[in-house]
Amino acid sequence: MFEVLIDQFWSLTLAGISLGFIYVLVSLGYTMVYGVLRMINFANSEIFMWGTFGTIITSRDIFGYTQTSAPATGSKLALVLVTQLLMSMAIAGLTAIFVEYVAYRRLRAKGTNRLATLISAIGISIVLSELMRLLTDSRPVGSPRVLEKIILTEVWGANIRLDTIVTIFAAALIYFLLERFVQLSRMGKAIRAVSMNEDAAKLMGVNLNRVITTTFLVGGLATGAAGFFYITVFEYSKFNIGFTMGMAAFTAAVLGGIGNIRGAFYGGLFLGLLEVYASAVLGTQWKAVTVFIVLVLVLLFKPNGLFGEAVQTTRA
Amino acid sequence: MKIRNYWNLRDFGANIWENAGRPMRVAIVLTSILLVGLLPFMGGSILATPIASFDAVLVYPVGMFVLMSLGLNIVVGKSGMLDLGYVAFFAIGAYTMAYLGTTTNLNTWEIMPIGIALAMIAGVLLGIPTLRLRGDYLAIVTLGFGEIVRLILLNSTWSKGPNGIANIPMPPDLGPLEFELKNQKVFFWVVIVMILLTIWMIRRLTVRRPGRAWEAIRQDEDAAELMGIHTLKYKIWSFTLGAAVGGAAGVLFASKNLYIAPEMFTLQVSILILACVVFGGIGNIWGVIVGATILGYLPDRIRFISDARLLAFGLVLVIVMNFRPDGLLPRKKREKAIVKREANA
Repeated sequence: MFEVLIDQFWSLTLAGISLGFIYVLVSLGYTMVYGVLRMINFANSEIFMWGTFGTIITSRDIFGYTQTSAPATGSKLALVLVTQLLMSMAIAGLTAIFVEYVAYRRLRAKGTNRLATLISAIGISIVLSELMRLLTDSRPVGSPRVLEKIILTEVWGANIRLDTIVTIFAAALIYFLLERFVQLSRMGKAIRAVSMNEDAAKLMGVNLNRVITTTFLVGGLATGAAGFFYITVFEYSKFNIGFTMGMAAFTAAVLGGIGNIRGAFYGGLFLGLLEVYASAVLGTQWKAVTVFIVLVLVLLFKPNGLFGEAVQTTRA
Repeated sequence: MKIRNYWNLRDFGANIWENAGRPMRVAIVLTSILLVGLLPFMGGSILATPIASFDAVLVYPVGMFVLMSLGLNIVVGKSGMLDLGYVAFFAIGAYTMAYLGTTTNLNTWEIMPIGIALAMIAGVLLGIPTLRLRGDYLAIVTLGFGEIVRLILLNSTWSKGPNGIANIPMPPDLGPLEFELKNQKVFFWVVIVMILLTIWMIRRLTVRRPGRAWEAIRQDEDAAELMGIHTLKYKIWSFTLGAAVGGAAGVLFASKNLYIAPEMFTLQVSILILACVVFGGIGNIWGVIVGATILGYLPDRIRFISDARLLAFGLVLVIVMNFRPDGLLPRKKREKAIVKREANA
């Protein structure tokens, strides 16, 4: 049962970390919005899915790569990758703002019950995923390979592949930049103020609407970046991939303590590793079950997540 | 003022009801039941669904959705707990029927209580550890529970994994009423009876101790606890009763569909049922029925835009929620006014 885990421990760990960083970025989309609105951004999974298509469109339609063409090298490679990343982030960011405008803003202004907002977010996520299903004819869309999956070196029996390394370092960098933005910038300070106390922040002159739109935008940018890394690693996308990813990322956010940016970081990495180890030990089909059981246990014994604030009762 | 009332269907209906005497009320109830019972004969009219057979649509999704929404409404509407894993109880009922129906000689009516009991046991088992959580945390745990049940069904051998269980027996005839695959009127009437029983149960409970306890918990759980209500007990009760309705719906669904597979019990079903409850008007039985009828019926009615029908469905959810956030037929106004006054104080 444990042979696979022991045999391939380091390569599994590496895979777990790169998957974990994708989760970190997607769960930022949940955790930022939750921090400000105290609501699940239900459409974040579809924002992610739209982000993945940004990467595919860039390599396939802008740079004209096909499934058979040779991977890019040198400065061309850097140009294509950066364009892909920016395109994914832009599409996801715009989608996130659209979601906020259509599904949240009006209901928030009315100050209605939370369930209505949840259903409206569910509605917009159905719209987003169905729209993509119609655009892609319900088929999975393969992505041309731009970044060649070269094996750089071998450490402790684990192949260190280029795409894994790029994912880990670039994702860590993006996480770091976003975290610094929230910690240091004026806007970031406003976001944190609203998340602490909305009314007090308003009295201090914070423009609530702008803060909320920015929060959605930042969450969308992170989620879009995750879409780019997802494509680099898995090389295909489909209209319904958002669901599984969204569930996992939300779990990661709750594990780390939702509403807490550092929590999303630890939760995402923890979940990525856990998923990879669990599928090595129990088989891939039980992966999701393990994840949920861990989630339930964490909520029972540490209801605010591993790194969360004390919010259990105030958010009824 | 009077004219406006005609537009406000809920108040208009409530007015008639309040002013009617007992014989009048009995007449109204019987006529509506009769009219609904005659619905399957309307297949040729403007109500017809282009592709699916009309009486089949009336049983599933419409009838089943109404039944399940009423069950979920006990949890979400009456006691204010957000449950995103309701489909699990539906699946437990359906698989009980499928497994026992294909391996033993028991018929649908004998399996019904077993399915309900198993769903209730699952409700208690899930409820005891998780109902201490609140709000979104409860939502995500129940969502996880729904997925766990589906994954266990998908990966177990007794449930035949992704292939699902086929050749589930039909219910035995009820006197002169025969259950047929082609003609599902009898199924529809059975669903109506189950819906009426559920409504009866909810109405009786609402005016008694459990109903008042749920109402108190929904408005303010801490205050309810301070008033001496054993909140966990009543929350588990509400959860379990919701599960029972879901289980009953599942048993009938398996027996009607003759074949079930794990892919029929995805999170999407839970979300759809929740959407029915919120869309119609949380906590209001009539609102929930209207919401479930519309959302169950709409996708099949608009099959002429076949591919885009789910897209349209999503748009309808967004638009209705934006303009009627309390649902099509909200809870009573007075109650809302009290909530608002307290929120402002």
